[in-house]
Amino acid sequence: MESLENLSLTDHLKSAAVRVLSGGPVYLTFLCLMGILFITGVAFGIHSVYIEGSRHAYGTSREVPLAMLIATYAFFVIISTGLCMVSSIGHIFGVASFQPIAKRAVLLSVITICSGFLVIGLELENPFRLAIYLFLSPNFTSNIWWMGVLYSFEVVLLIIEFILLMLDRHRASTVAGLLGIIFGIAAISNLGGVFAMLNGREFWYGSYLPIFFIASAVLMGSAAVVFFTVIAHWVRREPLGEAMRDSLAAVSRLAGLMLAVVMFLTIWRMVTLTVGGTHESMVYKAFVSGAFAFNFWVFEVSLGMIIPFILLVLTRGRSVGLSFVAALLIIFCAFFMRLDMVVAGQIVPMYWELGVKEYARLNTYFPTWHEIFVVLGGVGLSGAAFLLGEKVFDGLGEA
Amino acid sequence: MAPKEQAPHKLLKKPENISELDRREFLKMGLWVTGVFAGGSIFSAVSAAAEVFPLDTYRTKYPYKPHYCMVIRVDRCIGCQLCMDACVSVNDVPSYGWRTKILERQAKKAIGQKREFIPVLCNQCNDPPCVRACPVTATYKDRKNGIVMMDNKKCIGCKICMAACPYDARYYCEEKGAIDKCDFCFETRLSRGVKNTACSEACPADVRVFGDLSDPDDRVYKLVHQLQKPVWVLKKEAGAKPNIFYMKG
Repeated sequence: MESLENLSLTDHLKSAAVRVLSGGPVYLTFLCLMGILFITGVAFGIHSVYIEGSRHAYGTSREVPLAMLIATYAFFVIISTGLCMVSSIGHIFGVASFQPIAKRAVLLSVITICSGFLVIGLELENPFRLAIYLFLSPNFTSNIWWMGVLYSFEVVLLIIEFILLMLDRHRASTVAGLLGIIFGIAAISNLGGVFAMLNGREFWYGSYLPIFFIASAVLMGSAAVVFFTVIAHWVRREPLGEAMRDSLAAVSRLAGLMLAVVMFLTIWRMVTLTVGGTHESMVYKAFVSGAFAFNFWVFEVSLGMIIPFILLVLTRGRSVGLSFVAALLIIFCAFFMRLDMVVAGQIVPMYWELGVKEYARLNTYFPTWHEIFVVLGGVGLSGAAFLLGEKVFDGLGEA
Repeated sequence: MAPKEQAPHKLLKKPENISELDRREFLKMGLWVTGVFAGGSIFSAVSAAAEVFPLDTYRTKYPYKPHYCMVIRVDRCIGCQLCMDACVSVNDVPSYGWRTKILERQAKKAIGQKREFIPVLCNQCNDPPCVRACPVTATYKDRKNGIVMMDNKKCIGCKICMAACPYDARYYCEEKGAIDKCDFCFETRLSRGVKNTACSEACPADVRVFGDLSDPDDRVYKLVHQLQKPVWVLKKEAGAKPNIFYMKG
């Protein structure tokens, strides 16, 4: 740190640029690819909302107004809060085996929340009005208002926490981290509340989603730590040290535990759907044998739960390679879990019970290329920022 | 406690026991009544008001003055859609959206009439889920007349109100850059002194009766506060306390 303190900001930037450019062809290729994805996604989003119109560019409709982009936003912010929570286990609550991953987890938490903001920014019809009227015309009963406020606080606290961590001011960073985690948990459960408080939507309504989102966040956070830490060491072309291996094993075991929790929550969710009202039983059928069956059985259950759980339990987190595969599967399949959750809440038409011909079929949703590219834009931002972060912050001070 | 002040369920045990005196007492009590006659979504006219605005909510008066509402006499609807046309032209509703719609139910095995038409629109709920969900109060309940309004300049287009509405009454209007919905023609007619909505005025079968539920001399008051014909609301279980009443006859 002494040598770092003696350097000017320009020197820091110069040395960071040198580290990035000397990252090697594979690193630079991936960095460019992620950068291109980010720029393309932003371009598609701007084109959709401000030129073509979201009614034409996006697959949403009057009947299904919330879809892939909201699901992607949820995907990113759930990962972000999860990373914040997992990082806190080590550097706030003092569990030694979680300490080596703390800095990277906090940085990734900032990065993924920014990806979430990017995607929702390209989903909202008038995002600039939000910046004004969130303050000038607040609605304290609205979950989205609270979401905006809580995530704004969280991202600021995470940035402060990261800066303090990099400056090795652990006591101050602990305070910022503790506040960050409080805001993060409030925000993530409130995100569940966005859906859970819509009592006209039987599938969403109730206390399940806020609780599920918290459990899911810890799972996603631990999976993301394993996934990105392994890649970070590939980027640095250095093997994992003993401490980091132990840390990843502990995080993998936490992922396995949380996967079990998520599996039980999912099982009970499905079981209770079978005895729910008309809407709930229709959603149940859609999951088990209808429009969501492939996503549910293949992505959510098989690839997203059973296989990673077997991998994590059999290896007890000791195999970095298999933990990496499990983490990749968990993260990839969670995207479909979010998408299914968001869309399934809207498939039963509002006037279904009337038996009228205008509302006689289940609502459908299929994403457009515009939406897919905006999602990839969010992925590109996270990927590019992570790759840059590893070089700019020089491996986040790892030995 | 004097008989007048007794709860209605103590006065009237069963519908068949209603005497003329009881009935007059019942009507005098206005909102001092509970739904003693029916359960489910269909209930007596007097209990309609009580069910939608429960006993302990508004003891002595309706919360708005005027308290706009609409009574839809559903069996009179012939599905001509003149109401929809009037709504489109008066409120500049684009081709991809609607503020009011006529739904059609077919009952092939029914005796006699095989089709039924059900007009739907924003229910101007007393406890509107859309208003609760909006982060920036772009949609709000008008304090004077209870109409669920839009303040277009505030709308961020998050569409959570569309997801929250139990009546599918909202859509995103590109031209306005905001969510659009029925406002009982407040902007285009009521605020300019016209007394009726465009859809109600255009209806050749007098299906849609628009008026002030707080005015005992108003037609809607009389239709909602009568005992002979059942009155109901749609999706009562959503708990939004709608102001669109349905009845036959």
